[in-house]
Amino acid sequence: MIIEQLKIYFEYPFVRYALIVGVLVALSASLLGVTLVLKRFSFIGDGLSHVAFGVMAIASVLKLTNSILLMLPVTIICAVLLLSLGSGTKIQGDAAIAMISVGTLATGYLIMNRFAKNSNLAGDVCTTLFGSTKILTLSQIEVYISIGFSILVIAVFLVFYNKVFAITFDEDFAVATGVNVKVYNLIISIVIALVIVLAMNLVGTLLISALVVFPVVSAMRLFKSFKAVTVCAVIFSIISTILGILISIIAGTPVGSTIVAMDVLGFFVFCLLGFFIRKA
Amino acid sequence: MFQLSCENLVLGYEGRVVINNLSFRVTAGDYLCIVGENGSGKTTLMKTILGLKTAMSGHIELGPDITTKDFGYLPQQISAQQDFPATVKEVVLSGCLNHSGLRPFYTKADRQLAETSMVKLSISGIASHRFAELSGGQQQRALLARALCATQKILLLDEPVSGLDMKTTADTYDIVAELNKEGTTIIMISHDINMAVQYASHILYVIGPEAVYFGSTKDFLSSNVAANLSPGGKGF
Ligand SMILES: Nc1ncnc2c1ncn2[C@@H]1O[C@H](COP(=O)(O)OP(=O)(O)OP(=O)(O)O)[C@@H](O)[C@H]1O
Ligand SMILES: [Mg+2]
Repeated sequence: MIIEQLKIYFEYPFVRYALIVGVLVALSASLLGVTLVLKRFSFIGDGLSHVAFGVMAIASVLKLTNSILLMLPVTIICAVLLLSLGSGTKIQGDAAIAMISVGTLATGYLIMNRFAKNSNLAGDVCTTLFGSTKILTLSQIEVYISIGFSILVIAVFLVFYNKVFAITFDEDFAVATGVNVKVYNLIISIVIALVIVLAMNLVGTLLISALVVFPVVSAMRLFKSFKAVTVCAVIFSIISTILGILISIIAGTPVGSTIVAMDVLGFFVFCLLGFFIRKA
Repeated sequence: MFQLSCENLVLGYEGRVVINNLSFRVTAGDYLCIVGENGSGKTTLMKTILGLKTAMSGHIELGPDITTKDFGYLPQQISAQQDFPATVKEVVLSGCLNHSGLRPFYTKADRQLAETSMVKLSISGIASHRFAELSGGQQQRALLARALCATQKILLLDEPVSGLDMKTTADTYDIVAELNKEGTTIIMISHDINMAVQYASHILYVIGPEAVYFGSTKDFLSSNVAANLSPGGKGF
């Protein structure tokens, strides 16, 4: 019965698009999550997505057709600033993230409220924050952009895997022994901004942190090595995203929240498993 | 030939000087021991040499055939968080990164090097254990193994034996002395002055912000500094 229903849904291209894009974006977010969580930058996803939200508000007021063209560069600049601010300034990394995050969110809402002609403002804001149906209305070009960016992110992570590990584990040692940490940190920041902008389409700005944090934290319940945690986080993220999208289609629930609900569920399952494995 | 030369270094934090006007030179094959009280600025000096901190003034020059890629480093403290998922093997292997350039994977030679370093420090038995779950002394040895992977030229060790038991301490000193015999330059911070004068070729003794003794161990032993330091003031 459900299977047949799903079969019918799969006839629609928008469902297939949603699944492809959803899986790729969730995969990228979980890869970066490994280094972000371990470097205590869990909330950078939040901060950056609010920046992107602010930019989007401006773009919609300016009636830009492709808001991503403005969103990407601004978000990248903020990512670079935040990650470099984190080390070596008077403002703590988490405080800086909170400041930028709340600041841009408020400004974005103000601008939308003041200038947008749209009558359904509350609905609009809710959609951008929680991404309610955005992923089901992707155009073909958006799908191609998302696929392209995701593949880029995954490729960068694979090529720089060893560097990412070394810098995440002990940045000082890497700097001291002549590894070009600055360049790698810059690359990581750019890739993070890419993923955030991508993920806004999937779960909306408020729930991005879930895609970054849950897979890694869950994987850490079960595995000891960096490699195993990375692989497990990716698989965890893919499965919970597919489940979330399918359930939301069948049950008519908001996509983003359903995906995150699956993440939460998965986390508890992994906690239990970890508990029993340690007992055994 | 000199590998490292510091001239008129002033070290400190935010306007507070910790060590003033320090000059010394390290030549290939030297074994330099840095000694001094807690808080005298030994770690600060090492971090400045490694470029983790900038000096307030003065300059540091590397020898003609030396780059930062020739440094291996054992930090006094490591900032990775408590539940960091990384095995001992992953940590040791990450020492090879500085000479792997843009290559995405470690070579067979890298893995071999990591293996030998772990055997040298007798931690190959715990290679697949999680680093964060090891005892302090085991972690120290894993980090030393990582430093060995980074270089054969200059090792900078910040209190490599703190937290080690007596046997492991002796073993570690032997390993370091062996490396030094094979041509690795050693710069080591230590609180064990007896060991320092036994193994080191040079001593840098931070007495206070304005007073630093630097010289060969032989000269150090016949200086007033050593006479004042040893039990009963009779020298070593
Ligand atoms: N990040 C910092 N900011 C400000 N002052 C610092 C900082 N780190 C160290 N200091 C100060 O600099 C001085 C030298 O510290 P350092 O860590 O170099 O001492 P040390 O000789 O290595 O001591 P120990 O034997 O305890 O390791 C100390 O007085 C310390 O309070
Ligand atoms: Mg110290």
